[in-house]
Amino acid sequence: MQQEPVNMPSSTPPEPGPNDPKLKKKPDTLTKIILTKFFRNKLAVAGGIVLFIIVTMAIFAPLIAPQNPGDVEMDLLNRLAPPSTEFIMGTDDFGRDIFSRVLYGAQVSLLVGFLAMLGGAIIGTVMGSLAGYFGGRVDALIMRLVDILISFPNIFLLILLIAFFSPSVGLLIVFLASLGWMSTARLVRGEFLSLRQREYVLAAKTLGMKTNRIIFQHILPNALGPIIVASTLSVGNLIIVESVLSFLGLGVQPPTPSWGNMLQSAQNYTIMRDAWWYPVFPGLMIFITVLSINFVGDGLRDAFDPKMR
Amino acid sequence: MTPEMNTAVKSGRAQQEKTSSDVILEVKDLKKHFPIKTGILQRTTGVIKAVDGAHFSVKRGETIGIVGESGCGKSTTGRTIIRLYEPTEGKIIYKGNDISHLKEKEMRSSIRRDIQMIFQDPFASLNPRKTLGSILYEPFKVHNLHSEKERQEKIESLLEIVGLDGSFKSRYPHEFSGGQRQRIGIARALTTQPELIIADEPVSALDVSIQAQIINLMEDLQEEFGLTYVFISHDLSVVRHIADTVGVMYLGNMMELAPKEDLYREPLHPYTRALLSAVPVPRQKGVKTREKVVLKGDLPSPSNPPSGCVFHTRCPEAMEECKKVVPAFEEKKSGHYVACHLYK
Ligand SMILES: Nc1ncnc2c1ncn2[C@@H]1O[C@H](COP(=O)(O)OP(=O)(O)OP(=O)(O)O)[C@@H](O)[C@H]1O
Ligand SMILES: [Mg+2]
Repeated sequence: MQQEPVNMPSSTPPEPGPNDPKLKKKPDTLTKIILTKFFRNKLAVAGGIVLFIIVTMAIFAPLIAPQNPGDVEMDLLNRLAPPSTEFIMGTDDFGRDIFSRVLYGAQVSLLVGFLAMLGGAIIGTVMGSLAGYFGGRVDALIMRLVDILISFPNIFLLILLIAFFSPSVGLLIVFLASLGWMSTARLVRGEFLSLRQREYVLAAKTLGMKTNRIIFQHILPNALGPIIVASTLSVGNLIIVESVLSFLGLGVQPPTPSWGNMLQSAQNYTIMRDAWWYPVFPGLMIFITVLSINFVGDGLRDAFDPKMR
Repeated sequence: MTPEMNTAVKSGRAQQEKTSSDVILEVKDLKKHFPIKTGILQRTTGVIKAVDGAHFSVKRGETIGIVGESGCGKSTTGRTIIRLYEPTEGKIIYKGNDISHLKEKEMRSSIRRDIQMIFQDPFASLNPRKTLGSILYEPFKVHNLHSEKERQEKIESLLEIVGLDGSFKSRYPHEFSGGQRQRIGIARALTTQPELIIADEPVSALDVSIQAQIINLMEDLQEEFGLTYVFISHDLSVVRHIADTVGVMYLGNMMELAPKEDLYREPLHPYTRALLSAVPVPRQKGVKTREKVVLKGDLPSPSNPPSGCVFHTRCPEAMEECKKVVPAFEEKKSGHYVACHLYK
């Protein structure tokens, strides 16, 4: 090719090349960068530790708890006993150990919160992916459904649904999941819409990759951050909704303990006045758990945010 | 696609040397209109005429530069040729076969290896979650190329070909600078041994000093592998350096198309003259210093382009006729095409 005089610099300073010291150190994966950022956030780490302790205690409740709530029906001698060395959180109006019930209640509350979150995240991701990838009519249809479901006050819908069926833990999880996917769907759709046009996704297509491979290799992994953050934050909310429903007698049914139905049994005036420990400990557990989850969620959000490097 | 066409494409690869003056790509009256959809039912209420008449052809081993202001449809032209978009009208003829309406499946079995793309944004063009090794490995897997051992060797040699170190294959894109990432993007485009590469503003996002290095690399690769380039840019001096033929687009239309020397020495279209007058050009003997032409008005919207010649609203030499009649895109001199009523 004939070279013409052009106004392009001919001698140029070298680019940071292969010997650039920055490149000599061990490679950091994106995941590692995100984790490093997360661990720098003290509140998030503290939340994580507290959460870890609560989850571990819930899992090992049969080993830790002095009583098995299934075994003890009633112990009239120890009714509403204040916290002591024998009952560290006191006893309830049936004389049952509150500490044991709080531990077993943690199992139920965490399970409901976690499984409902998982269900919601899966439904939301599938719906959002469909809307975002195919666009057009599919998108319009799914998004209108989201709009409709979101504009109903969730708690009333749940109460209505549960009024028709007899409440059980399994059903509760299903209902919470099927009413909790909309914000994830919106989020995932947004991610898809922007990632679909991202140049590395276009490159994958020009290289001959098939659509499902493009979605699983290039789009979903890059949409995972926001999904994880939103899902984590939603667990706290789900635990609260479960407590409220159980408090209203529509959630987990006694004698199975959950933090919500323990609060319900504690709402009697005399108990509130004479046995402060009964409502306080389950309430405190809800508060601490939800707060820790929110700290972790906020920490994750900052860690995933590329602008906060 | 028929089996015959498949073999035609394949054998073309082998005949590369013999037929080096062949036209490899021909684009005829290409149009790409994007529907504007509104309302709950997503009804089409209008169209954006992103490309509304692009014509050119490229010979094997040569480079066509496509220039024009932002929003004139350069990227859309490139993406339609490589069939990221389905063309609304017109023909894309690759090695004698019309690929303008091939299904994606047919594209994968024939064209997807032959035509590749280099993108503008070095930060968006590489998946941040994949190592260079897996970015370059993927195309081999998709097209079932080479043995496992050969693949690893190829990955290293590709990195070296584009001026990087073979050992970089275990690293992630975020560890590299813009220029280095662009080299990785080029290496990825080379994995399938393509014949035609569409480069959409491959240096626009880079520092000027690094632009020259990437351009030089692309020229070296063109020579080594006999590549054909469709080089899209808004920078006339970059195009002047690399292209053999230059096409000028305005509002989705190809306004002028000519061999580089002709176009820069004697631009015919008033729009081309305006573009060129805005570029600082070093003095050359035999070339008049150009007067600076300042275009009046704003760029019209591609969803509602002007009647007649789309440029008439801003043309310093617009005539009555220009408002009504669309000028034909015609060859005025050998190889020099222009769509303008000034030349009859
Ligand atoms: N996918 C799309 N859907 C709708 N409109 C689009 C789409 N892609 C491009 N357009 C519109 O088509 C027109 C041409 O866009 P295009 O990106 O091809 O221009 P360009 O010449 O590459 O500009 P730039 O220099 O900014 O890259 C613009 O008005 C743009 O808004
Ligand atoms: Mg562009």
